[in-house]
Amino acid sequence: MPSTITLPEPPPVLKAQSNNLDFYYGSFKALKGISMPVYANRVTALIGPSGCGKSTFLRCFNRMHDLYPGHRYDGTISLFPDGVNILDKQVDPIEVRMRISMVFQKPNPFPKSIFENVAYGLRVRGESSRSFLEDKVEAALRGAALWGEVKDRLRDLAVNLSGGQQQRLCIARALATDPEIVLFDEPTSALDPIATGSIEELIGEIKHKVTVLIVTHNMQQAARVSDFTAYMYLGDLIEYGETKEIFMKPKRKETEDYITGRFG
Amino acid sequence: MNSHDSLAVKAIIRRHKRWDVIFALLGLMALAVGILTLAALFVDMAVAGIPRLNADFFTSFPSRRSAQAGILSAWVGSILVMLVTAVVAVPVGIAGAVYLEEYARRNVLTSIIEINITNLAGVPSIIYGLLALGLFVYTFGLGQSILTAGLTLALLILPIVITTTRESLRAIPQYIREGAYACGASRWQVVRQHLLPYSTPGILTGVIIGLSRAIGETAPIITIGALTFIAFLPPMPFSGDPPAGLFEWLSSPFTVMPIQIFNWTSRPDPAFHQNAAAASFILVFMTLAMNGLAIWLRYRLRKNIKW
Amino acid sequence: MESTAADRMKAFAAAKVRRQRQERLIEFVLFAAASVSVLTTLGIVYVLLKESLVFFSNVPLWTFLTDTQWTPLFSDPHFGIWVLMSGTVTSSMVALCIAIPLGTTIAIYLSEFAGHKTRETLKPILELLSGVPTIIYGYFALLFVTPLLQKIYPDLPGFNILSAGLVMGIMIIPYVSSLSEDAMRAVPMSLREGAYALGSTRFQTATKVVFPAAFSGIASAYILGISRAVGETMILAVAAGMQPTLSFNPLEPAATITSYIVQVALGDLPHGSVGYQTIFAAGLSLMLLTLTFNLLGYWLRAKYREAY
Repeated sequence: MPSTITLPEPPPVLKAQSNNLDFYYGSFKALKGISMPVYANRVTALIGPSGCGKSTFLRCFNRMHDLYPGHRYDGTISLFPDGVNILDKQVDPIEVRMRISMVFQKPNPFPKSIFENVAYGLRVRGESSRSFLEDKVEAALRGAALWGEVKDRLRDLAVNLSGGQQQRLCIARALATDPEIVLFDEPTSALDPIATGSIEELIGEIKHKVTVLIVTHNMQQAARVSDFTAYMYLGDLIEYGETKEIFMKPKRKETEDYITGRFG
Repeated sequence: MNSHDSLAVKAIIRRHKRWDVIFALLGLMALAVGILTLAALFVDMAVAGIPRLNADFFTSFPSRRSAQAGILSAWVGSILVMLVTAVVAVPVGIAGAVYLEEYARRNVLTSIIEINITNLAGVPSIIYGLLALGLFVYTFGLGQSILTAGLTLALLILPIVITTTRESLRAIPQYIREGAYACGASRWQVVRQHLLPYSTPGILTGVIIGLSRAIGETAPIITIGALTFIAFLPPMPFSGDPPAGLFEWLSSPFTVMPIQIFNWTSRPDPAFHQNAAAASFILVFMTLAMNGLAIWLRYRLRKNIKW
Repeated sequence: MESTAADRMKAFAAAKVRRQRQERLIEFVLFAAASVSVLTTLGIVYVLLKESLVFFSNVPLWTFLTDTQWTPLFSDPHFGIWVLMSGTVTSSMVALCIAIPLGTTIAIYLSEFAGHKTRETLKPILELLSGVPTIIYGYFALLFVTPLLQKIYPDLPGFNILSAGLVMGIMIIPYVSSLSEDAMRAVPMSLREGAYALGSTRFQTATKVVFPAAFSGIASAYILGISRAVGETMILAVAAGMQPTLSFNPLEPAATITSYIVQVALGDLPHGSVGYQTIFAAGLSLMLLTLTFNLLGYWLRAKYREAY
């Protein structure tokens, strides 16, 4: 298979846009005026030192903060093509989560069978047809590069899988509902290097079907995996741009300091 | 430090260490008092009561003649009352616990509810009897019936069910909840499809502990006015003609095991004391078996669930 | 495939109002269940106050608190609550003389001396003590302990406070020991290590460092024991006799607030009669007593939790 021919990618289309987003935990302002695009079928990485707000920003996209009291959104995140502001109080967080899935830092399969884990997102919206679920589960597991390993033991408990397999299962669970965006919150920080490699490869493949927004504290991972990168510090968006620009010719000194390891 | 001083120090240390041994012995002796009392109670009951245990004892009604008296109405009554207690306490307790753990916001109303639950756990059982007498028997007109007894005991064990259910729910890690919500589940879906199934062993333990407490309660039942000489069985549940007949048993007078034991113990005739011992043996056995089951369940589920 | 997914999303969105109404209904039902506890407390307050108010309209409060006889069902009735209180106080004192020393010793032993395995085996057995139905303890007190005591002291009447109090004390041991032990285990290891590093023995560390540090938690355990003793009914109803006498002598029979209520309940209780009302007045006194102890215990427990 020729590896030097790369088809030109179509120009990036806007999938989501955050506009002047402030976020408060109680009286603490965790995000300050974040305005950033998220392009469809691309991987956008959020990097920055601990406490910079990257996970907080990520969790705004699927309204995870709504689960906890004392949260306040100020500003918008618009989802395209319909242009709806998903942070609007009128918008049901459940509907947002059905269009935008999440993969967590620590793999969190449910104590159920592999099949039921992947099918859960579909069951939750009322799907019960056996054949439909089986088709979707297989497609999702294939998409997560797990089908071959588990196709004979779909009824086994998911918690018996290895760490890397569990995380791929969680990715399958996130993919099963045909989401528009998949959020990854430091997905490989709890995994060994080999598992990490396979997840990174997977992200490179699934971006053709979905949009990926990934938080990572590992800069090399961001450089390997993403098309666009955003550097955040103490709740501010310091710099955003194409990954190769950010890593090779950063415009801001703070970005350069972080990238070169002078701090953080 | 010269050798005289070091000898003195060694003597002091030896004296102090002796206290360690003495205290350890005191501790064991104190434990022995408790455990021996339990053993003495059990043995006394067994020795006095087991000879009296035969099939007739279980299938006869109480009688003025001690040799013919049995616990039929008592154990049947106990089971029927426990049925009502469970049917009321389990759903209400679980629902209340789910509300407090998963739905309630931190505000004054929630604090009031929680303070009430803690407080009610410390209210003497006879006060529940007075509540039942004043409210259920007279104001609501439920009479001195199985329904009243079941409701009263349900209220009595409600704090236990709520507290153990809350602990079981709290043991489920937050990342499981977040994973379910992230899939688009609603709050009730998360509760029904994840939290309750995963905490079932813990909830079951709490329910068993609660019921084992309820089955031995005497004071509230006496206060309601359970008669102590019941020589008939309440109608069997759902045995009458529908629709009203199905629930006839709820309004029936009744007796329970602890009341029967109380009645026999209070008589001067030692032959009845033997009956009391036999019935007590059965009751203690049942209570200890239920407690043991709950403890075993708690131990097993701590081994199995690996959060 | 794409269109059907979008169609499904539309259908799901359309059902939103119905779905949200359902969720709100479920939340309300669950709230109602949680509120049952508040309703229970209100019910208790209502019932006790309702009958007590009628009672106190006939019997002045001052008489209630100071009369030296309790003979409510006689033709010349007397309503001195202190008579019943004296029974409650005496029996509780006997019980606490057993429960507090033994319970504390056991707690210190299990927390500071015993190994993990010993503790894990012995604690559940101890807990069984509090799981035995109290009527059976009553039987035990009347028909085992009393005859045993009569061998030592032949003048002991068949019904007496001492037997009942002793058995009650043993029953309360787990309440005292369990909470005290929790309080002591909450004391950080660093305090103990400081003492051991200075050359303390286990006993010295336990009594001079851990016990004082955990004291408010231990005190709340004692208060819980007191509250339990005051509220106990059946052991006293069976073994202590039901003679209301104003006396603090445990070697005699006596009635307590709780056993009096049982006594009346065993008889015929015409609704609305004086006898009926007295049990609610007695219940109110009991409730106020246990409430005070419970609040005190709760406050102490909050204090020790704050400390760590």
